[in-house]
Amino acid sequence: MNVLDLSRWQFGITTVYHFLFVPITIGLGFLVAGFETAWLRTGHDRWLRLTKFYGKLFLINFALGVVTGIVQEFQFGMNWSAYSRLVGNIFGAPLAIEALLAFFLESTFLGLWIFGWDRLPPKVHNACIWIAATGTLLSAYFILTANAWMQHPVGYTYNPKTHQDDLSSFAAVLFNPAQLAGFPHVIAGCFLTAGSLVAGVALWHLMRGRAAAPAAADAADVADGADGANGAATDAADAADGGGQVTAFRSALKAGAITAIAAAVVVVATGDIQGKLFTTRYQPMKMAAAEALYHTSQPAPFSLFTIGSLNGSHAIFSLDIPRILSFLATGNFSAQVQGIDNLQQQYAQIYGPGSYIPIIPVTYWSFRAMIGAGMLAALIALVALWATRRGRVPTSRVLLAGAIALPFLPLIGNTFGWIMTEMGRQPWIVYGQMKTAAGVSANSAGEVLTSLIVFTLLYGALAVIEAGLMLKYIKAGLPSEPEPGAAAEDQPLELVY
Amino acid sequence: MHLSDLWFIAIAVLWAGYFVLEGFDFGVGILLPFLGRDDTTRRVMINTIGPVWDGNEVWLLTAGGATFAAFPAWYAAMFSAFYLPLLLVLVALIIRGVAFEYRGKRDNSNWKRGWDAAIFAGSLLPAILWGVAFGNVLRGIPLDAAHNFTGNFFTFLNPYALVGGLATLTLFTLHGALFLALKTTSDLRRRAHRAATAIAAIAVAAGCGFLAWTEASHRAAGWSGTGIASVACAALAAVALIVAALANRAGREGAAFAANATAIAAATAALFTALYPNVLPSTVSAAYSLTTANAASAAKTLMVMTVVAIIFLPLVLAYQAWTYWVFRKRVTGPAAAPAPKGH
Ligand code: HDD
Ligand code: HEM
Ligand code: HEM
Repeated sequence: MNVLDLSRWQFGITTVYHFLFVPITIGLGFLVAGFETAWLRTGHDRWLRLTKFYGKLFLINFALGVVTGIVQEFQFGMNWSAYSRLVGNIFGAPLAIEALLAFFLESTFLGLWIFGWDRLPPKVHNACIWIAATGTLLSAYFILTANAWMQHPVGYTYNPKTHQDDLSSFAAVLFNPAQLAGFPHVIAGCFLTAGSLVAGVALWHLMRGRAAAPAAADAADVADGADGANGAATDAADAADGGGQVTAFRSALKAGAITAIAAAVVVVATGDIQGKLFTTRYQPMKMAAAEALYHTSQPAPFSLFTIGSLNGSHAIFSLDIPRILSFLATGNFSAQVQGIDNLQQQYAQIYGPGSYIPIIPVTYWSFRAMIGAGMLAALIALVALWATRRGRVPTSRVLLAGAIALPFLPLIGNTFGWIMTEMGRQPWIVYGQMKTAAGVSANSAGEVLTSLIVFTLLYGALAVIEAGLMLKYIKAGLPSEPEPGAAAEDQPLELVY
Repeated sequence: MHLSDLWFIAIAVLWAGYFVLEGFDFGVGILLPFLGRDDTTRRVMINTIGPVWDGNEVWLLTAGGATFAAFPAWYAAMFSAFYLPLLLVLVALIIRGVAFEYRGKRDNSNWKRGWDAAIFAGSLLPAILWGVAFGNVLRGIPLDAAHNFTGNFFTFLNPYALVGGLATLTLFTLHGALFLALKTTSDLRRRAHRAATAIAAIAVAAGCGFLAWTEASHRAAGWSGTGIASVACAALAAVALIVAALANRAGREGAAFAANATAIAAATAALFTALYPNVLPSTVSAAYSLTTANAASAAKTLMVMTVVAIIFLPLVLAYQAWTYWVFRKRVTGPAAAPAPKGH
């Protein structure tokens, strides 16, 4: 393999890996902050215990988000130096601002939150995680600005003397329409991910707890009705339901599932906007590839299932619903949608000879995997909510499998979303301006191969370790004794690590 | 002064902040196997830096991001040239960051010992490599007309750069020992103090030696205004380092740590002023060197960045200072609590 292919594999692997942890961090940060606020508002122990339980999962995940992010920050210079030279004026600014505005906020206030349980007044302590969570949103905004610029470059002029893109309007870069459409989509995906994790874990505990102690669970369910209004009754029932696990996980399930379902609605709405924007304006080729639409059609059908030739150059069989693609792409059932072959001709005229077609099976199937996995997660969340209504505890084996699958499905959705977006942009690294092949560093293949192997092995090992820890803490259930949150000025610092 | 000069200074400040802050947490990690005799002591050591190490590391990320935005050609040339050393630094920072968070998450002595080793190695490697890298940046590396690196890994292993690595290693270890003496109690505090005394001698020799070598080789290249400033910074660094060693002997923990922090900041300033106006000199031909002029972004980007930095840098400093205030107490182990019966 040459340097280009190795660098692409490396970027793809490290970035997809980073983005497994990112959506959990973004969504779960807010959910844990909400649990702690609920505890401060209601004074009920179960919210504190949920804060600590999901807080621990959050931190295990956050650690890997941080360390894999460091690699991202330096990769552009290491592997894509020609690209970095061209775009640093525009692309570097959001990256630097992200570090200054967001990373300092996240790391500092999370440190305060982890170590501040007995140092800070409860409200200040809670504020720390809200601030850290806000930091993750800021971080996402700036990095996605950078990415949106590669998808749809705006606010720059090419300077032939320095061979660089000069910034002409920072506002245009920050409020790039591609970014305004993409940011809510990605963030909603993050909440779908975290909501599904919280709900999946809670449902699994509920169903497992039911098998272990059905009578106790019933006692707790009775108390659940009187929740909050009558703390004493709930506490008594807590003792009966195995230390309040059932009541607490029921609350968590509700919070997680509602978050996931609401997020899914936003994901669909914003995804639709993105689809229209990219089909009609920014990257018609990507969307044509995502639909495997070879010939410009009016009206265009939506493809449910396509088998293409092995090299993806044409379709062999496809199952279509007429007119739907026209509607999805433009809002009009009889509008024209451009096809791959026609677009290729146009591009060749504008940009010179060469292929401008991404790998069609990848784009096509990852688009469907993104939508399918995410929607399935929302569906499971909905069923879980229904099956646990008014104190019911479901016993269905299918639903138990669903509980286990739930946290993973949105991760699959996110991953394929990025694969579609990034591979669908090929051959461009900066759309319409620089080809990926022109952006790569002048390093030797040996160097890049070394780092590819090192990162792959290291990341693989870390994945095993992290999964083991997550499982251990998920299985352990809620921490048993609620800890006092009062600030104790003279006591020695509690050892956290 | 051009905006590009301002950003050269800003990047120097970010690196100085990074070395002063992460310097002591590298030092604590390096001392872990030497001062941490049992698990509780090691936990106390790690907890002295627990709330702050991640925030300290962000100084590096900001320096990296600022270089990318303000000097794209510098970022591109430097990071692709230092490919393998940077890979080592990244691996070190990865295992170290994970180790802090994960070591206490299982109650198993093999598990903990493994992560302790990761903390040690993950602190030791960057503490050496940053010095080696800075040595090579100052000395220059073979860059061709397109600013692409034409050397290999062994290009970096020259005596001057290796002395630089020794200097950062010993300075950071000293910094960590002084920090531990300041932040812990009883036996650990005494031993940290003694360790600082032992390392101080080597740190003074290596630190002053590296700075003297730097100034001597840049003197040969001709005097300039910044050359004089660089000598002044180096002298300040040397004096502060000696003050740190003396204050440590006198048992003045706060003064010793502050003096050593000053030494590290002044030494970083000495290196950057010696480098100016180059940012990455080429040993092939001076014409191929990257300078603040030919590597800089256009004015608009620098202007945007300046405005953002002026607004947000003070804010960041304020809340980072607040964290250090919140966690100002010395860290003690659970041994300070009443011991359970039978012990
Ligand atoms: C949509 C959001 C998003 C996206 C697309 C990316 N990241 Fe990320 N990143 C985050 C959202 C995020 C986060 C949620 O803010 C993280 C996850 C865990 C954390 O600590 O913060 C983070 C961590 C994180 C860190 C460590 C920060 C620290 O030490 O506290 C760095 C240096 C980066 N990222 C850099 C990047 C780069 C250069 C990316 C592009 C290739 C990238 N991230 C993609
Ligand atoms: C975190 C979410 C992201 C994921 C999961 C992701 C995923 C990918 C994938 C799968 C590729 C394709 C590799 C290939 O086709 O060979 C790619 C390429 C690339 N992406 Fe992204 N990307 C993400 C965000 C970003 C961001 C935010 C940027 C810029 C700031 C970016 C810049 C690039 C670059 C430079 C390439 C290299 C060109 C290439 O190899 O195709 N990506 N990314
Ligand atoms: C009906 C549902 C959905 C539609 C119509 C949709 C549409 C789209 C479109 C058109 C893009 C490409 C934009 C571009 O090229 O830049 C995209 C990207 C993406 N999608 Fe979706 N999507 C849907 C569901 C989901 C789900 C459920 C998830 C995750 C759980 C998800 C995660 C992503 C991600 C991470 C990206 C890449 C980032 C971006 O470019 O915004 N999507 N989606």
